[in-house]
Amino acid sequence: MPVTEKMICITCPMGCTLEVTHEGETLLNVEGNTCPRGEKYVKEELTDPRRMVATTVKVKGGLHPLVPVYTQAPVPKPRIFELLAKIRQAEIEAPVEINQVVLEDPLGEGVNVIASRDLPEV
Amino acid sequence: MSQQLKSKYDVIVIGAGPGGLAAASAAKENGADDVLMIDRDLELGGILLQCIHNGFGVEIFKEDLPGPSYAQHYIDKAREVGVDWLLDTMVLDVTRDRKIYATGTDHGFVELEADAVVMAMGCRERTRAQIKIPGPRPSGVYTAGTAQRWVNVEGYIPGKNFVILGSGDIGMIMARRVTFEGAHVARVLEVMPYLTGLSRNYVQCLLDFDIPLQLRHTVKRIIGNDRIEAVEAAQVDENWNYIPGSEEIIPCDTLLLSVGLIPENELSQKAGVALDLVTGGPFVDDGFQTNVPGIFAAGNVVHVYDLVDWVTTAGLTAGKRAAQFAQGYCNENPQYVPTAAGENVRYVVPQKIDPETLTEEQIMLQMRVTQPMEHAVSIEIHDGKNLIAKKRARYARPGEMASITLKGRDYDAVRQAEKLEVRIVPK
Repeated sequence: MPVTEKMICITCPMGCTLEVTHEGETLLNVEGNTCPRGEKYVKEELTDPRRMVATTVKVKGGLHPLVPVYTQAPVPKPRIFELLAKIRQAEIEAPVEINQVVLEDPLGEGVNVIASRDLPEV
Repeated sequence: MSQQLKSKYDVIVIGAGPGGLAAASAAKENGADDVLMIDRDLELGGILLQCIHNGFGVEIFKEDLPGPSYAQHYIDKAREVGVDWLLDTMVLDVTRDRKIYATGTDHGFVELEADAVVMAMGCRERTRAQIKIPGPRPSGVYTAGTAQRWVNVEGYIPGKNFVILGSGDIGMIMARRVTFEGAHVARVLEVMPYLTGLSRNYVQCLLDFDIPLQLRHTVKRIIGNDRIEAVEAAQVDENWNYIPGSEEIIPCDTLLLSVGLIPENELSQKAGVALDLVTGGPFVDDGFQTNVPGIFAAGNVVHVYDLVDWVTTAGLTAGKRAAQFAQGYCNENPQYVPTAAGENVRYVVPQKIDPETLTEEQIMLQMRVTQPMEHAVSIEIHDGKNLIAKKRARYARPGEMASITLKGRDYDAVRQAEKLEVRIVPK
């Protein structure tokens, strides 16, 4: 049975409201998207929803006790809390450099967790 | 970069967040020799440093960056072009003739002079006192941005069971953030009949984690003595009166407030800068110059933006024009045309424009709508009689800034206009 529902595209801050017709994981029609990324988003959302994850990692000897980190690419939505648990166990040493790999492919998805700023030693 | 402090600068920028960083670099790149940024924090970057989530830079870099990475780009840029800065320093006073009094750790009390000043102090959060929530005053009631600083920079989480008042972006982002750190978010309450933050944040911060949002609901009362124990929530009608019988006690140990931001203009007022009561920021022209010659304003200090990319853009314009003013290149006698908020528009920035600007560059008018318009709209500029420019948009939402750009081809029409009234009407 085809179902039509509203979805909000999260690819960019515009947040287009999409009218999506699908049958299970099969996309039948999308309306309301301003650019092709809307259709791509819906296809992924129906089959393999993914999200960027940003959190913090403990740092020894830095200007702050934490450094912000994020995933280099979106990771599967159902595995977010598994990823957060792994990140919570990590602890690195200052100084930290922006884009430094903090955890190498923790989910086996080919996605590294990297630092989003420099953090000087104190 | 603060070792050799001079007593006089071409341009001094107050605040080193995204607006200030952009303004300082642009001033330097547009011919100002000595440019100084002053900030009260220990490091450059402003509030971006605590905004660790992604979503920054989509307009400017076509990339989805976390706040700190976005900031680092402009910190590196400021360093590269040779901007000076003074950190851990509080500006106490700015005068109409551009003297700046400040105090800080490196130099103690200092008196500085500038040919042009850019105000880039950003904005601050509305607090419990400003929305007048009745009840006792226990601990555990914080603004969302304060909690964001604790969780993301300092490493403290202020509670285990949260209620969030306000569906602004910071509130929704904090709902997700504390969920990531193992806390529970019982409810997000929004007094307006619509979401006040970006729709994408509703999806990726609330829907993704089954965090319930109630529109037209607010906190009627705070319960608890030493520590907050619960809130009494209630629905409101169109006149903002509580609907009897809708009350609900929601247990919580922390209440976060995400109820709006106010441009921070105490220093601007000391310098004699006139403020627009609707935006809370200075009246500015198309170069972000205030009513006080040589004093410019950039970013959230002018009006609260929803995207940092536009703060940067505004900073670049203000910094460039401040540098031109400092060097004596500016229109001595501008024949300003005022802008005005027409149908469905709450305010327009800038409040006035110099038509001569259009002979050199485009002017973006920025505005917010008064209510959500979920169907195709037309953003129009009228001079009272004629339509000068228009643009189509798929919709207009109060949480998302709208804009329309005037171009060189509009010069004649703008020069002859008595005012530029912006309307957003259904298409």
